[in-house]
Amino acid sequence: MSIATAIPSAASGRPQADPAVLRDKVAIRDLEFFYGQSKALNGITLPLYENKVTAFIGPSGCGKSTLLRVLNRMYDLYPNQRAEGQVRFDGMNIVDPGVDLNLLRARIGMVFQKPTPFPMSIYENIAFGIRLYEKLGKRELDARVEQSLRRAALWDEVKDKLNASGLGLSGGQQQRLCIARTVAVRPEVILFDEPCSALDPISTAKIEELIDELKEDYTIVIVTHNMQQAARVSDFTAFMYLGELIEFGPTDRIFTSPSDRRTQDYITGRFG
Amino acid sequence: MDAAIHNARRRRNALATAAAFCATGIGLAGLAMILIVLFWEGFSGLSLAVFTEMTPPPGSAGGLLNAIVGSILMTVIAIAIGTPVGMLAGTYMAEYGRHEKLSSVVRFINDILLSAPSIVIGLFVYEVMVVPMGHFSGIAGAVALAVIVIPVVVRTTEDMLMLVPNTLREAAASIGLPRALMIRHIAYRAARSGIITGILLAIARISGETAPLLFTALNNQFYSHNLNAPMSSLPVVIFQFALSPYEDWQKLAWTGALIVTVSVLALSIVARALTATRKAS
Amino acid sequence: MVVDVTWQGARVGAQDAAERANALRKLRLADVLFHAVTRSAAIFVLLLLGGVMVALLLGALPALTTFGFDFVTTQSWNPVTEKFGALAPIYGTLVTSLIAMAVAVPFGLLIAMFLTELCPMWARRPIGIAIELLAGIPSIIYGIWGLFVLAPFLQQYVQPALIATFGEVPVLSSLFAGPPYGIGVLTAGLILAIMVLPFITSISRDVFDAVPPVLKEAAYGLGCSTWEVMRHVVLPYTRVGVIGGVMLGLGRALGETMAVTFVIGNAHKISSSLLAPGTTISATIANEFTEAVGDLYTSSLIALGLILFVITFIVLAIARYLLLRIERKAG
Repeated sequence: MSIATAIPSAASGRPQADPAVLRDKVAIRDLEFFYGQSKALNGITLPLYENKVTAFIGPSGCGKSTLLRVLNRMYDLYPNQRAEGQVRFDGMNIVDPGVDLNLLRARIGMVFQKPTPFPMSIYENIAFGIRLYEKLGKRELDARVEQSLRRAALWDEVKDKLNASGLGLSGGQQQRLCIARTVAVRPEVILFDEPCSALDPISTAKIEELIDELKEDYTIVIVTHNMQQAARVSDFTAFMYLGELIEFGPTDRIFTSPSDRRTQDYITGRFG
Repeated sequence: MDAAIHNARRRRNALATAAAFCATGIGLAGLAMILIVLFWEGFSGLSLAVFTEMTPPPGSAGGLLNAIVGSILMTVIAIAIGTPVGMLAGTYMAEYGRHEKLSSVVRFINDILLSAPSIVIGLFVYEVMVVPMGHFSGIAGAVALAVIVIPVVVRTTEDMLMLVPNTLREAAASIGLPRALMIRHIAYRAARSGIITGILLAIARISGETAPLLFTALNNQFYSHNLNAPMSSLPVVIFQFALSPYEDWQKLAWTGALIVTVSVLALSIVARALTATRKAS
Repeated sequence: MVVDVTWQGARVGAQDAAERANALRKLRLADVLFHAVTRSAAIFVLLLLGGVMVALLLGALPALTTFGFDFVTTQSWNPVTEKFGALAPIYGTLVTSLIAMAVAVPFGLLIAMFLTELCPMWARRPIGIAIELLAGIPSIIYGIWGLFVLAPFLQQYVQPALIATFGEVPVLSSLFAGPPYGIGVLTAGLILAIMVLPFITSISRDVFDAVPPVLKEAAYGLGCSTWEVMRHVVLPYTRVGVIGGVMLGLGRALGETMAVTFVIGNAHKISSSLLAPGTTISATIANEFTEAVGDLYTSSLIALGLILFVITFIVLAIARYLLLRIERKAG
């Protein structure tokens, strides 16, 4: 494995103004993951830079979604799944058993492969998460819902039907509703698990554009099957294969001059 | 091709097909007959007095008011007790305890309870309520019915929650929602029509139950909404009146049977319609 | 795409973070509570069955200790001398249920075959729904119909014919002997059959429907007739499920009270004739429980209930086990 950029020491605090300086928001070190007895991730070490988009690519079953689901401990919902190693995030180890999962997930949000609006109105879909953490007045809450919907570029399409069911929206709109729901909780990191695989090309373009805007405020990780998408939206790319991280570096370098043979084969479509 | 074999096969198939047609014809005709007789006999006794007057002594006119009120009262209480218990247990099995051993044990036991003979439930409640209290009572009847409601609601709640996609659970978890809130605000909402269907079917099931009431609520010839005293119910009155030698009592039994059947059918049809709209949306 | 408001709410300050942690702590407490409550409810369901068992056992204890094993092997049922034996009701329960299954199973399977293979598409749903609705009709309706319609009909037309036809045939002559009462073991069995028929039909239809279409298509592709596909593909494939469904139906028939009580005649004796009155466990309890005087009488009736519960428990457990195997197989 080769890491193309030097990993600067982790520092906490506000993001720095200089965009050229990379700070790692999350630092993964020697991470292993098990489904029962079988090992799905082996010795993963990887930084996720603040305010950058990092893409995980690789053939099906390579462990990229598994890695993503470690970052917000989604695997905790299921029995017999466990992770070992270090995932440093703001001074804590995410895979520690003592971590407050709800708080962690509030800080590291996730958008899924299939749109998953809650069975309630568009307004409630957003307000529900906000109310969990904050006591806001009606007007403040309205403003936050609007802000979140605007942030997800959905406001203009739904502002006249906020009380309609979220399930009545198109697939692309539902996915943006889910993004709005995620940002409404004010996370620091947003995980995208193949967010466009169920969408048409136009909706896909909108989501990609949105991801590009969101990285101003959030650290973004995206798992994708689509290499053009990884090339379009990400700043850094990690190529995974059979549960191992093969190569990590700036996206242009990974796509133009990969240093590992397997990366090159995958990118040029020889397997995967 | 051997013509003899071919013919034998054709004959056998024709025979089986004919048998299937006949069986369906006879079966449906038999069941239709029951309904026709029921409607015929029941309607001829139907009048306003049935709903406004008490069960009469033999030889005089009367109605079924006390029985209807008793049935409704006990059903409502049974549902009020059985639904929360059943929903909570079903929730545990489908959510918190989905992968626990306890859930599979409870599932098995619940299935046994679901089809346990209802007269045995009556005996059970007699032992634990009627004997200690020293007398028959409406509340004992309601509890007996609740014991029948619980497994029905457990089963449907679990089944319906199992149908809620895991992606929805993950989405809720991904904004930091604790499980209890996810269940109450998202899973219940997604499973709502299914659970309501289950409750309606439970009402349908208990509104015709006779055996568990025979020695819990017993019967009461007079109007009573005192839960601490014996209480009349439609099925028990039907049982008593149908077996009596008095013609007017038998007439009232048919009318009561009609009322019970129509309510049960109506509940089942509403439940079915609810499920159908859920599938369509 | 232009975002036309400046985004203020993106970040959480230190104070907010503490507030969030606080809010979550409360929610988590609610979560722990809800978890505990649902778990208790689940355990309560377990205890309920345990409670039924214990209550019946305790109630039955006086009778069981007094009569011992004789309780299930003797037929005398005498409230005056307080001698109680359960053989007659056990016999009646088993025989009426056997009659019911002997009639309802072939009918149910044939109707299910009709519904899945022969019936025109447009009629399948309405007939299926009608049968499911009928399965929900309370058993007391079947009972009252049996008393007022079926029993007189059998008494007038069927039973005299049976007696006349089989009167000279050995074995059968004793099965169909005696005066045509109308009510009796045969009538009760037939009522039970009618009652469980919709139930068995709808379960069998569901099981038949679960056969993968490719299997049937492959057999039809070989030139198999409908009957051959049923006999050699559908039935073998669904055997376990059908048996499970039949056992569920049997469980119902064994435990059924109201459909039987009206027409069984309530006679505590085992008669070789199916036309003679008899009794079943549930009918005995229903008829005598409220009038039973004396602890031993009551206890004997509860012991009957216990026996019924054990029998149905075994039958239902087997049924559930078989049906569970199918569900596992289906995934």
